[in-house]
Amino acid sequence: MASEVHVETLAVREQFDTASQQKNASTLGMWVFLITEIMFFGGMFLAYTAYRSWYPNVFGAASRTLNATIGAINTAVLLCSSYTMVLAVRAGQLGRRKTIMLFLVLTIILGFVFLGIKGYEWWEKFEEHHVPGASFHLEGTPLQGQAQLFFSLYFAMTGLHALHMVVGVGIMSYLLYQTYVGKYTAEYYTPIDVGGLYWHFVDIIWIYLFPLLYLIDRHGPKP
Amino acid sequence: MSERTEHVDSVATYTIVWVSLLIATAVTSAVAFIDLGPFSVVVALAIAVLKMLLVALFFMHVRHSTKLTRLVVMGGLMWLGILITLSMADFITRGWIGVPGK
Repeated sequence: MASEVHVETLAVREQFDTASQQKNASTLGMWVFLITEIMFFGGMFLAYTAYRSWYPNVFGAASRTLNATIGAINTAVLLCSSYTMVLAVRAGQLGRRKTIMLFLVLTIILGFVFLGIKGYEWWEKFEEHHVPGASFHLEGTPLQGQAQLFFSLYFAMTGLHALHMVVGVGIMSYLLYQTYVGKYTAEYYTPIDVGGLYWHFVDIIWIYLFPLLYLIDRHGPKP
Repeated sequence: MSERTEHVDSVATYTIVWVSLLIATAVTSAVAFIDLGPFSVVVALAIAVLKMLLVALFFMHVRHSTKLTRLVVMGGLMWLGILITLSMADFITRGWIGVPGK
């Protein structure tokens, strides 16, 4: 059974001339998917930019209620997970099975840490009545509708990002199992490489979410 | 057969990139609490672009990837630029000219 799987993954499919051409095609395919993801998130970034330009005062006041320290810590956690991810890919290039597994486990743990901190932040929002809906209230502004718009975008964007993190943790768990059963070698580790591209992409989305949601309206009085 | 071999970067390279990313995060967090007026957005986005380039070029291996892959990446960013630039050209300028009867 194991050897059967091994032969299938290593073989160059008939449409490719070489193994490296086959790998390049996989990489390109992942990038094309990531471009669709850029456009997907891009729509939300555009909505945020447009409404922020229309309602700068309320968006600024709402943004200042977010906890920038927790946001910065979560950014650091995610950057560390990208570091462990790239080291897992490097171990894949060198065919070091145990090192791949070590760094995939670290990446998964850091992914859960990020989601845990994110969950705590969302819980805080429920406590503070900053979740859009019947009990929503942002102190210090009569424009509750515009404030709800900010928090709707906040939850949609961070929620969609967190969903991608959950999917990423799932992919890493799958790769961990496949590495455990010995599917990957220095000659064939394409899924780890391509999974790494996805993980780093999700990191890049957060690299933009953090300053845009938490940082750019910090100066000025607290509402 | 193809002579192209997989390029393996050193752990030191990745560590330098990782530390740079953490420093950039600390800098952007600290700068946010200084009142730069409209430039706070510019500075925050410039640092974010720098971090994105570090992640894409080193962690995502764009600097070792094929020309076709690089073209696709640039194409994707160009489409995002079109999405945001043309849409904002509409949203920002809507109030510039009075509309008769409105």
